[in-house]
Amino acid sequence: MSGEMKRKIEGAPSLDELKAAGMLPSIEDMERRPCVCIECVEEIPCNPCETSCPNLALTVGSPITNLPEIDRELCTICGLCIAACPGLAITIKSIQGDKARIRFPWEYLPLPAAGQEVQMVDRLGQPLCAGKIISVVNPIRNNKTAVVTAEFPRTFAQEAISMRRNDA
Amino acid sequence: MARSNKPAIVVGAGPAGLCAAIELKKAGASVILMDENSKPGGQLFKQIHKFFGSQEHKAGVRGFDIGRELLAESMELGMDVRLDTEVVGIQKGLQVWAVEKREKSYTIDAGALILATGATENALSFPGWTLPGVMTAGCAQTLINVHRVLPGKRVLMVGSGNVGVIVAYQLLQAGADVAAVIEAAPRLGGYGVHTAKVRRSGVPFHVSSTILKAEGSQSVEVAVIAKVDERFNPIPGTETSLEVDTICIAVGLTPSIELASLAGCEMMYVPELGGTMPRHDEFLRSSVPGVYVVGDIAGVEEASTAMEEGRLAGIHAAFSLGCMDEATMKERTGETIRRLWALRQGMFGEKRHLAKKRVVEKEGGNLR
Repeated sequence: MSGEMKRKIEGAPSLDELKAAGMLPSIEDMERRPCVCIECVEEIPCNPCETSCPNLALTVGSPITNLPEIDRELCTICGLCIAACPGLAITIKSIQGDKARIRFPWEYLPLPAAGQEVQMVDRLGQPLCAGKIISVVNPIRNNKTAVVTAEFPRTFAQEAISMRRNDA
Repeated sequence: MARSNKPAIVVGAGPAGLCAAIELKKAGASVILMDENSKPGGQLFKQIHKFFGSQEHKAGVRGFDIGRELLAESMELGMDVRLDTEVVGIQKGLQVWAVEKREKSYTIDAGALILATGATENALSFPGWTLPGVMTAGCAQTLINVHRVLPGKRVLMVGSGNVGVIVAYQLLQAGADVAAVIEAAPRLGGYGVHTAKVRRSGVPFHVSSTILKAEGSQSVEVAVIAKVDERFNPIPGTETSLEVDTICIAVGLTPSIELASLAGCEMMYVPELGGTMPRHDEFLRSSVPGVYVVGDIAGVEEASTAMEEGRLAGIHAAFSLGCMDEATMKERTGETIRRLWALRQGMFGEKRHLAKKRVVEKEGGNLR
């Protein structure tokens, strides 16, 4: 079954589909430096990620249905695109030692608190492993999309996408 | 062109109607904006998600904030907004009959009439569909986002188009659990980014599935779903019971064409855009001189396209009323058409793009 077909049945892209689309940073990539992960594989008319980027590292261009492209040389990992994406499709992931970290968008209340233990989940919402909240930021600029940083075992660096909703 | 002394009447103060009225007012036309509801904004105030598009389409802004901006702009322009006002008749020569607050009834000679009456959610009937707890997705969205009332604790969403998945997400945000999102087609309908955020929250999707019945003594307690074959017939033996107290129906919308019909607008059937709708040209002019149709009445799309259609018709109506010169009208409509078509690009927009093109081409690009 094609990745596209699978996504249209399960609701979320598979690792294989993301990899084929060039939207899945490798373990080595994430060890080298934090990577912006944009899981935007459908041509929808949307470009706030591009306009949010102060370093012109993100390009959609014209027509605005182009898929976004990230220039990792220009990207400073500022994370502005995470809350700017209306599709909540952008995260930043990194690996250091035996830990991985993810910065992900979060629009459920109550917000988690730093230090809290949570369950990390994969793209199908299945629990993967325990995670620890490092920080939660929600400045006015984010327009009510909080950005949560969580730390978890590096084994799950590619699978992890968010945390379990009712853990907050 | 001589300036008309008759006002333009805009019916419906949703995104399309507000934008049409704003363009008319900015051009110096006399405008009356009517809405049968007690608050303007149409469905914008229950859209709590960030919109797609580009900056010029207000992408990244949440729907209710767009609503606030449009209302503030209308107020600054000194718009004559008449709420709780139903348009109940349209006679030849654009005589618009309105009933205000169920107290006053009057007719106004309109120079132009812009119908922005929106669309109505489709129903789905099944045994138990009249039980309390069965409602349209838009109803649930109004309850949670406008009235701040959670309709239930555990919800089944029927339909996986953008309305279904967005409302499923918003029900989760409001504190409900979503037992499943089911879809009769073999593929999910909504944007992948919407389905992905619902799925990672732990909500299962079931394609090729339908609802067979709702059960419960006083209200919904159980929904029975089943798989369907290629011809959408339920497959015996595949029934599953879900314990839910709410069933939301998100199976499409149909243009609300009553007033256009009353005005004598010719209709055409466009299944991709919700069914029967008034024929119109690229400036949203219907077959009746002076009557424009904008937003979901002219084919069900999105708030962002509705706003651009409203602007387009508002600009053209301002020109037709003698409030704008032809060069300005051409320039302004040109840029609006460009923004509008940008929203209809890509795999999701293409179907609507082709359907709209068919509607407009049927008019030869020019009705009169």
